[in-house]
Amino acid sequence: MNESVNSGSARRYQSLADNLTRTFSKQGCTVKYALGEVSVEIPADQLIDVATRLRDDADFRFEELIDLCGVDYSDYGRSEWTTGEASFTGFGRGVEGSEDSAPENDRRYAVVYHLLSVSLNLRLRLRVFADSAQPIINSVTSVWRSADWYEREAFDLFGILFYGHQDLRRILTDYGFVGHPFRKDFPLEGHVEMRYDNEKGRVVYEPVSIVPRTLVPKVIRTDNRYLDEVNQQQDPADA
Amino acid sequence: MPEIRNYTLNFGPQHPAAHGVLRLVLEMDGEVIERADPHIGLLHRATEKLAESKPYNHSIPYMDRFDYVSMMCNEHGYVMAVEKLLGVEVPERALYIRTMYDEITRLLNHLMWLGTHALDVGAMTMFLYTFREREDLLDCYEAVSGARMHAAYYRVGGVYRDLPDDMPKYENNKFRSDAEIAKKNEVRQGSLLDFIEDFTNRFPGLVDEYETLLTDNRIWKQRTVGIGVVSPERALQLGFSGAMLRGSGIAWDLRKKQPYAAYRKMDFDIPIGHNGDCYDRYLVRIEEMRQSNRIIRQCVDWLKRHPGPVIVSDHKVAPPNRVDMKEGMEGLIHHFKLFTEGYCTPPGEVYAAVEAPKGEFGCYIISDGANKPYRMKIRAPGFAHLSAMDEMVKGHMLADVVAVIGTMDIVFGEVDR
Repeated sequence: MNESVNSGSARRYQSLADNLTRTFSKQGCTVKYALGEVSVEIPADQLIDVATRLRDDADFRFEELIDLCGVDYSDYGRSEWTTGEASFTGFGRGVEGSEDSAPENDRRYAVVYHLLSVSLNLRLRLRVFADSAQPIINSVTSVWRSADWYEREAFDLFGILFYGHQDLRRILTDYGFVGHPFRKDFPLEGHVEMRYDNEKGRVVYEPVSIVPRTLVPKVIRTDNRYLDEVNQQQDPADA
Repeated sequence: MPEIRNYTLNFGPQHPAAHGVLRLVLEMDGEVIERADPHIGLLHRATEKLAESKPYNHSIPYMDRFDYVSMMCNEHGYVMAVEKLLGVEVPERALYIRTMYDEITRLLNHLMWLGTHALDVGAMTMFLYTFREREDLLDCYEAVSGARMHAAYYRVGGVYRDLPDDMPKYENNKFRSDAEIAKKNEVRQGSLLDFIEDFTNRFPGLVDEYETLLTDNRIWKQRTVGIGVVSPERALQLGFSGAMLRGSGIAWDLRKKQPYAAYRKMDFDIPIGHNGDCYDRYLVRIEEMRQSNRIIRQCVDWLKRHPGPVIVSDHKVAPPNRVDMKEGMEGLIHHFKLFTEGYCTPPGEVYAAVEAPKGEFGCYIISDGANKPYRMKIRAPGFAHLSAMDEMVKGHMLADVVAVIGTMDIVFGEVDR
């Protein structure tokens, strides 16, 4: 529809990407431009320095931290259904989690930041990977105050620690909760369930009784539709 | 001399002014707040994790349940993210329908906010007035989707179906006289668009009514002027968006600055405040209602003149119609694949944001090429606003906490997710 406007914003983001590459590649940052959005991967030790400059430099002025979230990459690209095998054996509904095969590498946990520049009307995504065994990342609360609760949330859900955070408590889960529920090796059903016990006169926790079930298996199709971006715009009639 | 100490007050989670399940631990010095520590998560349902285990389309109804007073705006953020990932172009009529329903949703939300905020501060009547208008708007939701709140109307590639040609009517019953029912049905004789048009004609007068009750009301001003002041710089630092940001004097609205749907073609203004207190945010939201009304009217006008498809014809994403599905092999296969497996998106990551009534509602999706999102993160405006609670109420009185909760327009569905 609005070709001119869209290509205008594409140009602006392209020049932002070039500008970021020029400024931060010395510090080991890699800049990627995809789907009209710019992402920067930052080495963990450079985070505060780069973040402060992104906030204060006249070229960037990302005054606002819009969002911060943890990501657990341990299941990335793994499907629950491989067509060849499953056609012969059938698909078991009780899909077990992938606890056995979680890869131990240093790119399991990442923290993703979404920045917004109100004065320049730009958005930017930052990504920092943390060590898998002991995920610790510097806190950006000193740069953006709004990171406070977001970091608490990432700590609660993923167990990522933020060095320098003043008040790193759990935020979303129950008082006394054990584990980090958004990790890929944490089952969807959880570990405990709770009910009111009439005899004891209080709420009790018990091991969960729900059986894991996968209604729709996760499938990864390497359709030729998506092999290159041009094909996406193909005529729907022959899709 | 008796010893004077700070004491801790537990506010909520079952307090009527806590807007849901907010638990506030307040450290007080007499009646003055020293520190406020909101405890959230009592409504945490791990929706983002649930979405990771479901095909993309199954998560649309979950979106309604985030901010459950601005349902369709949440859906909009989600479907926009998936569309961006898939590279789907939405038909123009669907864009206008979305714009219209986003604004209807904004009215729904602001009416709810106005009613409850005023109720918390002590003006009972507002609640009754605003819910009278919400009724009509919820009927619009019902006419188009069959559900009054959790619509699941927006779909990837467009909207579920076109606007209906007739408006549901009240049936005669023994509780009301037939004449009364006939009077209620008067505006429902035409199509949905006629009904909405009639509403937009009535609505500015109703907003005037609300303003008569509040804007110059002495008590209302005593309770809101100078309460919860946030400077523009602090508002940015604290991650504010929407009316909270505009109330502090920053002219930022995604509908203008990063337009989506059909907002680029709409004629409307962005109101901003300049004191950054509760009263300014009240004025901003009242004016937003008037502007939303303008947008709705423009959409109705356009939609009446431009029939057309409301969802893409690419059956890899949107289901074929019933006739094609029943009679054609191709349609049947598409239908079967779409409803058993869904569609796979190309690997990548997107962030799409809409100007929801409460602020920026964003949806971040990481895809690894599967039929389910690998990671989904919802950026809820209320979460960032509530995190500023401590800063906003420090030094205020206990009663002002209620005014600040009201002005933030907190809904726990989105804060806890």
